Amino acid sequence: MKAAVLVFPGSNREGDVAQAIELVTGRKPQMVWHGDGDFEKTDLIVLPGGFSYGDYLRCGAMAAQSPVMAEVKKRAAQGVPVLAICNGFQIAAEAGLVPGVLMRNEKLKFVCGDVHLKVETSQSLFTNRYQAGQVIKVPVAHAEGNYFADADTLKRLEDRGQIAFRYCAPDGTVDGSGNPNGSIRNIAGVFNESKTVMGLMPHPENAVEPLFGGCDGKALFEGLVEALS
Amino acid sequence: MTLKNGVLDPQGKAIGHSLNRLGFPEVGDVRQGKVIELEIAETDKAKAKARVEDMCKKLLANTVIENYSIEMI
Repeated sequence: MKAAVLVFPGSNREGDVAQAIELVTGRKPQMVWHGDGDFEKTDLIVLPGGFSYGDYLRCGAMAAQSPVMAEVKKRAAQGVPVLAICNGFQIAAEAGLVPGVLMRNEKLKFVCGDVHLKVETSQSLFTNRYQAGQVIKVPVAHAEGNYFADADTLKRLEDRGQIAFRYCAPDGTVDGSGNPNGSIRNIAGVFNESKTVMGLMPHPENAVEPLFGGCDGKALFEGLVEALS
Repeated sequence: MTLKNGVLDPQGKAIGHSLNRLGFPEVGDVRQGKVIELEIAETDKAKAKARVEDMCKKLLANTVIENYSIEMI
């Protein structure tokens, strides 16, 4: 699996996700600077976490308009898978690659720590190594992760199985107790309609080694390798 | 730019609570927004407005959650 990791001014998790990819593929991904309009064809494009453009205007809004994103949108439309993590999710939402928007956390605080996620479906490139209903533990670190979409969009997401992960309690109960940021219906990650783009606020790339405090994120990358190699 | 009705505005809520605490009990709902000032090299007002409208849709506002209004000065 060949992967490209985009780098925007202010990205800071590109190294983490590059390491996670190298761990499961044995090869370093290509790092692509935001100003580049074109880059080598890859099996996967990753939008990493961070604070692209200092979160000016709205998180992800400026990055969504950068030259490289025009190319990403083109490739995503052709079916090239895109994994968008944290700030990457905000960028993907602003670029219209996935539905909805990430707003300021309900309690206005930066949240940083482990959360539990319920895997909603195993029927995707990104979640095929998980079981539907499985609970995994991965970290979050964000101030704008409060997912919102209007009622029509939410209905469409639910009907079409486009919700990837929901925040939950350690026992898998989906209620307010496991929701770190006020996201509507506890949504932590969503797919686009064709399920070739996934955006999520938590950081699976920071849960791939026992020393990180858990390995529950590793299966996401292993699943991608299996699906895309 | 302001948040649409029905979209939770936690910052507006926090401001409202603070104002109530500071002795302004008459303050009810607070909605926080932002103002962007643009200098436009265009003398035709209608044309300028149409261009700014386009800017709002493409970058300045996220129309999933925000409303915008344009004022010419």
